[in-house]
Amino acid sequence: MLWQQALMNWDQVFIWGLAATAVLTSVLYGSQSMGLSRLSLPFLFGTFFFHDRSKASVSGFVLYLIGGWLFALLYFLLFAALGEATWWAGTITGFVHGLFLLTAFLPILPYIHPRMATEYDGPTSRRRLEPPGFLGLNYGRRTPMTTIAGHTLYGLLLGFGYQIG
Amino acid sequence: MNSTTPLTADAAAMQADAYPAIDDYALIGDCRTAALVSRDGAVEWCCFPHFSGPSVFAALLDRRRGGRFAIRPRGQYTVSREYLPDTAVLVTRFETESGVVELTDAMPIFGASSEERLQPLRELLRRIHCSRGHVELEVDYQPRPEYATVTPKIRHHGRLGWSCAYGAKLLHLHTDLPLQPNDFGDRLTGQYRFSEGETRYCSLSYAESDIGVIPPLGPDAARRLDSTIGWWQAWTRQCSYHGFHADAVRRSAITLKLVTFTLSGAIVAAPTTSLPEKVGGTRNWDYRYCWLRDASMTLRAFIDLNYYHEGQAFLGWLLHATRLTAPELDVLYDVYGEAVIPERNLEHLEGYLGSRPVRIGNGAWNQLQLDVYGEVVLAAYDYIHRGGRLDRYERNVLRGIGYVVCRLWRRPDKGLWEPRGEPLDHTHSKVMCWVALDRLIRLAEQGHLKVPKAHFQTVMRAIEEAVEQHGYNTGLRSYTGAFDSEQMDAALLLMARYGYRDPNDARIRDTFARIDRVLGRGAQLRRYDGLADDRPPGEGVFAVCGFWAVDYLARAGRLAEAQERFERLTGYANDVWLFSEEYDTETGAALGNFPQAFTHIGLITAALSLGRAKGEPRFED
Repeated sequence: MLWQQALMNWDQVFIWGLAATAVLTSVLYGSQSMGLSRLSLPFLFGTFFFHDRSKASVSGFVLYLIGGWLFALLYFLLFAALGEATWWAGTITGFVHGLFLLTAFLPILPYIHPRMATEYDGPTSRRRLEPPGFLGLNYGRRTPMTTIAGHTLYGLLLGFGYQIG
Repeated sequence: MNSTTPLTADAAAMQADAYPAIDDYALIGDCRTAALVSRDGAVEWCCFPHFSGPSVFAALLDRRRGGRFAIRPRGQYTVSREYLPDTAVLVTRFETESGVVELTDAMPIFGASSEERLQPLRELLRRIHCSRGHVELEVDYQPRPEYATVTPKIRHHGRLGWSCAYGAKLLHLHTDLPLQPNDFGDRLTGQYRFSEGETRYCSLSYAESDIGVIPPLGPDAARRLDSTIGWWQAWTRQCSYHGFHADAVRRSAITLKLVTFTLSGAIVAAPTTSLPEKVGGTRNWDYRYCWLRDASMTLRAFIDLNYYHEGQAFLGWLLHATRLTAPELDVLYDVYGEAVIPERNLEHLEGYLGSRPVRIGNGAWNQLQLDVYGEVVLAAYDYIHRGGRLDRYERNVLRGIGYVVCRLWRRPDKGLWEPRGEPLDHTHSKVMCWVALDRLIRLAEQGHLKVPKAHFQTVMRAIEEAVEQHGYNTGLRSYTGAFDSEQMDAALLLMARYGYRDPNDARIRDTFARIDRVLGRGAQLRRYDGLADDRPPGEGVFAVCGFWAVDYLARAGRLAEAQERFERLTGYANDVWLFSEEYDTETGAALGNFPQAFTHIGLITAALSLGRAKGEPRFED
């Protein structure tokens, strides 16, 4: 039932997913450029598969875009299950999404990422990326703020988009 | 050239407040940035991420605040050091009563074939190896980023090592030496007793606006070091010069490569700022930028040594990085071609031996210096003359420069030495305007360009007339630094080199004699005498000018004099064959920013001229 709704509204998922991902990417890249955080999620994704920096960056960006769409689909399914899409529901979902990323995903990353070093083992020839640490704080003390801000905006935009759609 | 000069050093005398001599330092780098390593194993100047980025170690300019990364034995020791043959990898050998330890310093260069391509943005790698007996070493790591305006908190990350983050920047020290933070958490120190055969590493990596990469130690670090050594040796093997003082020429080429910003082809004048031209004085300038004034000699130095790609990249940078101002040219640009380089003083740094102010940026960027037009055109001319080709944009820039020269040549300017006083009609600048038009006409005649030949020739004649009437003093029997004056300027030695007059023309010969008499101090020369400058007098001899004298003598066929002078000038090199900008006229102590690309270009130029005069030409003049 939910899937059917999603399939019927694929154009909304596509367009608002793209828009929300673009905003999230802008916030995260903007934070990097402005010196607020060194976190780069596309780079982290890309280095799962490539050790070449340029290949990792490009492939990471593509994966990140696809991930943004997949999450837009998840958000759609969530709102459909709730029976309503609103901007504030999107905002709360985005906030929780960002919080989950910081508190659950980033801390386990050193154990699942093939190129990330851990504080227990030290860097090796293969695993040499700096780990994120608690709340991603190794990448800058404003990392939690910018990550949550980006994801909250992502959720807000999706909630708003699905609401007007 | 890998000479070693043993000296006795006492650790107690090497404490924080004793400034080493300027040429006590050796240079390491990765062609993006560089670091100065003192004779007692301390990195005391290092900027990230490039030459003109903010320093992370600046004890060179302030012993107490600047920050350093020192590794040295405890107690009495003697030091000798050398670059590994044909590389920029420095080995400092400490000998104590109980043993010998070798400290190898390098900034790794990662080739395209590097197995692991996740490398840090920059890395400073230090290997400590005990080759005999046992030696107790002490380590002192005091990062003071952003020109020592930041005192970072150093955090421990288990086996990953130590990091300090500031803004979006990260300095990460990974080492297998035991270190302890001080009470404030802004400094790490440690002592370790090395046994014979033992090897340990310190890897300092830098990241900016990106996730850090922490390079491993052990065999992986050894591979990075070997790869860097191999890279430098392969680069040096390209050098085709095997003539007079070939070792010194190769070392100068390596030094020039060390101050080349490989990402753009730009070459900085020196990797340091504010090392004084007079100790305790105010002539302290930031040289971590790219001046156009030595463009033609730089290009020829590279190409004539068979470094065609470096010459090509440099010319490409000259003609493209200057797009922001072309066809008018500023005096200096940063490594990316930024033309506006505001100058400011770092009041919190005491300066080398109290020489204040410490400046960053360079206020000369917006001066009018007419000689740069001649330099850029001459560089392009030499490039084409040696088989290079220019694209349409580059040809348009050159033609535009011709028009600018015709419009501006009558204006007084600041001249090659960019004094901060009033502008003057500098004879050398006028001659360089003549050179610009002369070479443009030659390029047109050879079919490379279209220029209004008759117009340019008319202006050339007017310039020549002005130079001969106002730039030559018949009473002194010499060209003078400025029109209608008695001032002397060593840059006039270049008139023959640039083809304005034959080297044995009476006026040129007499001018050389007067320059040597008035400005000469042994084999060296001061750069000028009495040119308008608002700074207190007392600077030393300007090292490149001595090599210009060699170049002149070689061109004039006075080979024995040229050779003898060259030999004497090489005596000013430090133990690892690096030259400074200036030397004290009394003591011979190095002065000014160090090492100085201009001096090394002068050495290569003089050696090539000598070789050419002795019948070993690779290229026509």
